[in-house]
Amino acid sequence: MIVATSGVLVTTGVVVALVRPTFDFFRAVSVTEFLGTTAWFPLYEPPDFGVWPLVIGTFSVMLVAVIIAVPGGLAIAFYLNQYASDRVRRNLKPILEILAGVPTVVFGFFAINFVGPNIAAKIWVFSDVGFYSALSAGITVGLMILPMMTTLAEDAMAAVPRALIEGSYALGATKRETCTGVIFPAALSGIIAAGVIAMSRAIGETTIVLLAAGSTANFSFDIGQPMQTMSSFIGFAGLGDQPTGSTGYQTIFAVGSLLFVITFLLNMLSRRIVSKFREVYE
Amino acid sequence: MSSVVSAQPVATDLHDTTSRSRKNLDKLFLGGLWIFTLLAIITLVTLVGTTLLKGYSRLNLSLITNFPSPFPEDAGIQAAIFGSIWVVVTSGLVSLFIAMGTAIYLEEFADQGSRFNKLITINIQTLAGVPSIVFGILGLAFVARGWLGWGFTVGTASAVLTMMVLPVMIVSAREALKAVPSSLREGAYALGATRWQTIVKQVVPSAIPGIATGSILGVSRALGESAPLILLGALAYVSSNPAGFDSDYTVLPLVILKYTQEAQEEFQAVGAAAIIVLLVLLIALNMIAIVIRDKSRKSW
Repeated sequence: MIVATSGVLVTTGVVVALVRPTFDFFRAVSVTEFLGTTAWFPLYEPPDFGVWPLVIGTFSVMLVAVIIAVPGGLAIAFYLNQYASDRVRRNLKPILEILAGVPTVVFGFFAINFVGPNIAAKIWVFSDVGFYSALSAGITVGLMILPMMTTLAEDAMAAVPRALIEGSYALGATKRETCTGVIFPAALSGIIAAGVIAMSRAIGETTIVLLAAGSTANFSFDIGQPMQTMSSFIGFAGLGDQPTGSTGYQTIFAVGSLLFVITFLLNMLSRRIVSKFREVYE
Repeated sequence: MSSVVSAQPVATDLHDTTSRSRKNLDKLFLGGLWIFTLLAIITLVTLVGTTLLKGYSRLNLSLITNFPSPFPEDAGIQAAIFGSIWVVVTSGLVSLFIAMGTAIYLEEFADQGSRFNKLITINIQTLAGVPSIVFGILGLAFVARGWLGWGFTVGTASAVLTMMVLPVMIVSAREALKAVPSSLREGAYALGATRWQTIVKQVVPSAIPGIATGSILGVSRALGESAPLILLGALAYVSSNPAGFDSDYTVLPLVILKYTQEAQEEFQAVGAAAIIVLLVLLIALNMIAIVIRDKSRKSW
């Protein structure tokens, strides 16, 4: 009983740890400056505290990652669920498991040494892509969450009753038609929930973005440029030693609160979708 | 009448073209699935390939026997290897202990429908979804500074990683306990065992393979985790192995982070070599998990 309560304690701890310094932060910096201006240089003198560059950076990286991971995860899940033979599945699954177990810092190394120079710099034609870019970080985060998206989507597809799928084949539908016309709609709630979890993972990712997207908070929508996300800012600020109680130290907590609230809402949303819109078959 | 006759060939023709375009669409669709499946495989191959290519020149004994050095050819990662072992073993043992307690309570004692039980379950799910960097913030506020004031030490890092892997461990321990058939419990009760004896002598031993697999997965997450430790001082220049919970420390993922950020090509090679060491350790851990799973697969 006492031990079981520790889980609750940790969650409460997270909230308490975030709330106090966040309040201190907003006593020093007005909410209008935080949400109303567009320059983010909290560790400079004089500091600027407009959080929008971080929000734009976060959503740019997340968007690129989701554009890769969601269709990719769906495609691999369809393949595993309907097309792959047992032998192929036995070989493909461990590959996905290994990929899922690769530490994020290794993906960060991969982003700098491979994805950045060989992919991001080649495919982005709208501007010159330098050493750091949100695009390179986004692609790599997308590849990192691909196995998780695949597993969740395949779980959702595996829950679709056999009778529906066999009925579809009996009516003469091809494998593609069964996938897009029967399995996809029947598993949709699980697939959307998986997509939302993927978004939340992409938003919370720190190390890859810290390494691949640089440390300039850019107020720009050009993903070929370096950008900073909320989580990579926290990591970046943590690199330097911020004295306790300083505004720089409190900034970590203010941005952390924002990050916690966004991911918390996304995870809640995902759970809601699963419980509310699940089609129940006998 | 004539219209019906003339409609006949049109209809078959229509049927033919749709079936052909259906077939083409089918091929296109399968092609798309193939491309994404290949993408996953290619990612893994190029990732390992890039690392090996960059790191093989530094893959020698001096890498694991030396301490950090301003000269890349002498720089080693021994302090990080020992730091990782300290932190991962401590957090693994502590979280295993707490997770076992929580899981036994929730599965064997608690009333399944009670509000407290539901609250804890929702809580564990929430914890599992919290970004790891937020655990770093929690550790910074309460463990490193604040009322514990443990500083940037092995103890702080272990405490934070414990909180982080706890949800994974609890979920897998609960699954393992759930999989133990109730006939085993009832048999023990029928022979006059008390509740506690039943749990300790029957239920837990038969759940050990499942628990072990889950713990190893949790431990490998702790071994590869970098984000929260950035906030907890693991990036420092550490030139000795940890001697206790109050020691300075660094860990493998953070050494990799540091060397990857270096401009000098030779330092990047040290980082790549450290990645290979980390991946080998992770694969070894997973092999152990697979062996345990296969050896102890029982069917009831």
